[in-house]
This record gives sequence, C-alpha cells and structure tokens, in this order.
Amino acid sequence: MDEIQKNLLLQVADLHEVPEGAYNIRSDGESAGRRTTENIDIITKTDKPGIDIIIKPGTKKESLHIPVILAKAGLKEIVYNDFHIGDDCDVTIISGCGIHNCGEQDSQHDGIHSFYIGKNSKVRYVEKHYGEGDGKGHRILNPQTIIELDENSHMEMESVQIKGVDSTVRETRATLAAGASLVTKEKIMTHGTQTAETKFYIDMNGEGSSATVSSRSVAKGESVQIFYSEMNGNNQCTGHSECDAIIMDQAKVKAIPVVTANHVDASLIHEAAIGKIAGEQLIKLMTLGLTEAEAEEQIVNGFLK
Amino acid sequence: MLELRDVSYHVDDGSKKEILNHINLKIEDRFTAITGPNGGGKSTLAKMIAGIIQPTEGQILMDGEDITNMSITDRAKLGISFAFQQPVRFKGITVFDLIRLASGKNVSIEDACQYLSEVGLCAREYIKREVNGSLSGGELKRIEIATVMARGTKLSVFDEPEAGIDLWSFNNLIQVFEQMHEKTNGSIVIISHQERILDIADKIVVIANGSVSKVGKKEDILPELLNGSMNCRHKAGGCIHG
Ligand SMILES: Nc1ncnc2c1ncn2[C@@H]1O[C@H](COP(=O)(O)OP(=O)(O)O)[C@@H](O)[C@H]1O
Ligand SMILES: [Mg+2]
Repeated sequence: MDEIQKNLLLQVADLHEVPEGAYNIRSDGESAGRRTTENIDIITKTDKPGIDIIIKPGTKKESLHIPVILAKAGLKEIVYNDFHIGDDCDVTIISGCGIHNCGEQDSQHDGIHSFYIGKNSKVRYVEKHYGEGDGKGHRILNPQTIIELDENSHMEMESVQIKGVDSTVRETRATLAAGASLVTKEKIMTHGTQTAETKFYIDMNGEGSSATVSSRSVAKGESVQIFYSEMNGNNQCTGHSECDAIIMDQAKVKAIPVVTANHVDASLIHEAAIGKIAGEQLIKLMTLGLTEAEAEEQIVNGFLK
Repeated sequence: MLELRDVSYHVDDGSKKEILNHINLKIEDRFTAITGPNGGGKSTLAKMIAGIIQPTEGQILMDGEDITNMSITDRAKLGISFAFQQPVRFKGITVFDLIRLASGKNVSIEDACQYLSEVGLCAREYIKREVNGSLSGGELKRIEIATVMARGTKLSVFDEPEAGIDLWSFNNLIQVFEQMHEKTNGSIVIISHQERILDIADKIVVIANGSVSKVGKKEDILPELLNGSMNCRHKAGGCIHG
C-alpha cells in the first residue's frame, strides 16, 4: 500500500497497522486484504459487488473492520455489504470510506450496508467519511444503512463526516422489534460549496422499542445541509430526534422533522436548533485571550467532538 | 494600575439611558470591592474594563497606556481577566478545555484539577464534564472563578462570584479570595454584596445610579455601609443593600 492509501486508512479507521480481529479492506474497487475469525466469516458476493458478513450467535467482544479507500480518480462504485448478526452477540464494526481525488473526474462510493441483528445482540457501528485531494473531480459518498433490529437487540451507530466530501446523501432506515433500541449519532461539517443531506426513517414496530437520532453539524462557507428525520411510533415506544446545527458565513441548513404516532402509547420528541455561534461564547473565550477566529475554532471543535 | 477617566456609558434604545456617568476611579490596591444596589451599573463597569462594551465617553488606562479602543483579546493578553456574573454555557467544551484555554498553555490534568479543588469542586468528577446546562448554577460559577485563577493575570475582575453558591461552599470561597489576596502580585476587583467579601477588601467602591457614590478604605466605608443600610443576615454573613 502506498502513502496515500495508508493515510486514508488512518483517517477513516484509525488504522496504522493491520487491525485486530476480522477485517476486509477494499481499495480502488478490489479486495486488499481480509481476515476471518472463527466467529466472523466474510464471503464475497457473486451476484453484485460486496460482501456478506456472517457473525455466529453468541459472538462476544469481537471487532470487524471494513474500510474502503478510493485513491484512483474517476472511480465510481456501488457496494453491497450485508451483516448477518446472530442472537446474543456483542460486536463492534468499524467501517469508513476515504477518497483521495486529485484528478478531473468525480470519484464516488455508494455503500449500501444492511444489518440483520439477532435477538439480544448489541452492535456498535462506527462509520467515518473523509475526502482529500485537490483535483477538480468531486468526492461523492452516498451511504445507505438499513437496519433490522430483532427483539431486545441494541445498536449504536456513530457516523462522522468532517472533511473533504463534496456531496453526500446519507440514508438510514431502521425497523425495531419489541424491546429493541437504536441510538444514532452523526457529526457533519461542510464547507466551500459542499452539500450534505441526511435522511432517517425509523419504524418502531415493537412494544417497548426506543430510538434516538441525534445530529450535530456545522455548515460553513456556502455549503448546504438538509436533515430529514421520519419517526413512526407504531407501538408503545419512545422516540427522540434532535438536530443541532451551527451555521456560519453564507451556509444554509434545513431541518425537517416528521414524527408520527400511530399508537396511543407512542411518545415522540423532536428538537431542532439552528443558529450561529452565540456571541457570548465568543466573548468568553476572547476574554481568555483567544482571537475571534481562534474562539470560533474551539467552539466548532468542541461542538463536533 | 487601572484607571477610569471620566467614563460614561449611555445607550439610546428609544429613550436615552445613562447607565454610567462620569466615573473616575483608580484601581491600584491588591483587593478592591465594588458594591451597590442592583441596576447601579456595576456589571456594566466590569464589562467595560474587559472591553466587552465601549464607553461612550472617557478613557480607560492600564499602567498608563490608553486601552479604551483595545479589543477584548488584546486586553486579555495585556493581563485583564473577567469572571462573568452569568457564566457562559457551551456544547462540547469541557471544564478541562476551558481551564487549558484560560491558562494559555498545555496544562496537565493535575494542574487543572488543582484549580478546581481550590474552588471547592471535586476535580476528578468535573474535569471531563461539558460546560453546559447539565452543571448547576453554583458549579458554573465556581468553574468560572477557576478559569480566572488559571489565567493568573495582573488584574482579575469577578462579578458577584458568590451568587448561587451554597453556604458550605461560600465559606470555602471566602478562603479562596483571602488566599488570592495574600498571594496575588496583581489587583483583584470583586463585585459583591457580601459583607464577608467586602471585609477582605483594601478598598471599597459604592456604585449607585451609574455614579461612584462612595469610595475609600475598607475601614472607613464598611462601617458606614453596615450602619447606614439595612443589614440582612442571610446565608453566610450579611448582605448589603447599597
Ligand atoms: N445595553 C443596555 N441597554 C439598556 N439598558 C442597559 C444595557 N446594559 C445595561 N442596562 C441597564 O443598566 C443598568 C445597570 O445594569 P448593570 O450594570 O447590570 O447593574 P448591576 O450589575 O449593578 O446590577 C440596569 O438598569 C440595566 O438594565
Ligand atoms: Mg451585575
């Protein structure tokens, strides 16, 4: 692997070396390394690009890394990764996509990740998106995450996109069975003329299910962000979605919440706050000796930490 | 030494309001307490010293240098610190971040904890906490004081540091300011209504209706205040209504 590829891996998966546990590294459309373990199997799909990941019931404290890197300009791909997670598991899955584009043509990776999570299982899923390179070609990422949570299972999903992705449409769809819970946290920063759109569709079908969708974002320059969240409470359940955005310069941010209660015991909350950095926060940090620009940077970094 | 020369602050929000009128004041003692009735203009004066608001008339001098038009940042760098009456909340910025930024260097966790302990906060519990609405008013006030202590500048201005702090902590707070009085190489200014804080001061300034109504040595002013005004025993020590 060359330096560019290594850096991309570091950015999206914090990987300096080959990771522990199971992994599958996809580089410029090809498999660049794979390790399976006794409990985690990875099988290349034969009908379309992508992999099937099969995690045996009862697998505990294991991790799986599936980074994707694109260093070749002009590469466009759609990849399907299906995660079949058995009952009673407790696993961490780190995915991520880094694009280096210094060419004229657009680079695009659309990852479609489907999670089938068995009863009583716990999954932590982390996804980082990163772009770099000074070519005219755009870096485009359109991830889709489809989540099916079986009874009493739990998923925590963190997605981060802080730099260099020109255009993204992120879609997350989840259905929850009885007692299942989902927590998603996303952090987004856009600058220049970037656009980022995130959409959540959550169906709480089972009794006692719960979901939290939380989004923190900073929009700078002339970038545009749209947050859309649709939560359906179809049974006794609790749902909470919140969108908290800092807007700067000439950026635009739009938050569209839709909460629908189809059951008398569904309790749903949506909070959305969009605004520029509070003047008093800047002033406080300036009284500590920071310039206005330094204060702004600290506030933004803290907000997205 | 900080000097206010004929400083006024007027705002025009439909009707003209004279918030500060021709204030002349020299702050050269180790410990100056500013007191006076609510709405008298004390916080306005403190914000003016920190550069948050600009006087409409007059001059502010620091060690002889005219800083009237100097920015907040430059004044901070020159050695002015200000603990807000209402501490600011952040999202994501931790207590440790704030103390690190205040000290202006890479402080260790231990150093930062030291400042927190001094203001009576059990440091380990707080250091990683976010400076947000999950902290109580009293906790925020103490963190605010700790950030000013961490800066250790020539001039530190505290705006009603005791407000919202419970009795037990109040006794500790008095000790904090007593120690500060002993140790400081600079000047401390505290806006307060508390007799026990005024009692530590070398000099007391009374501000009422936007003007300095009394100024002098603690020994002279404090008895006058205690006799001349209703003196309510409340929480720790008396509180003085101008
Ligand atoms: N920007 C402003 N516009 C209008 N009135 C103000 C402004 N700033 C302060 N004031 C008023 O000036 C008076 C003094 O306020 P302040 O300095 O906060 O008093 P203190 O701290 O002594 O209680 C108050 O009546 C307050 O409402
Ligand atoms: Mg005040």
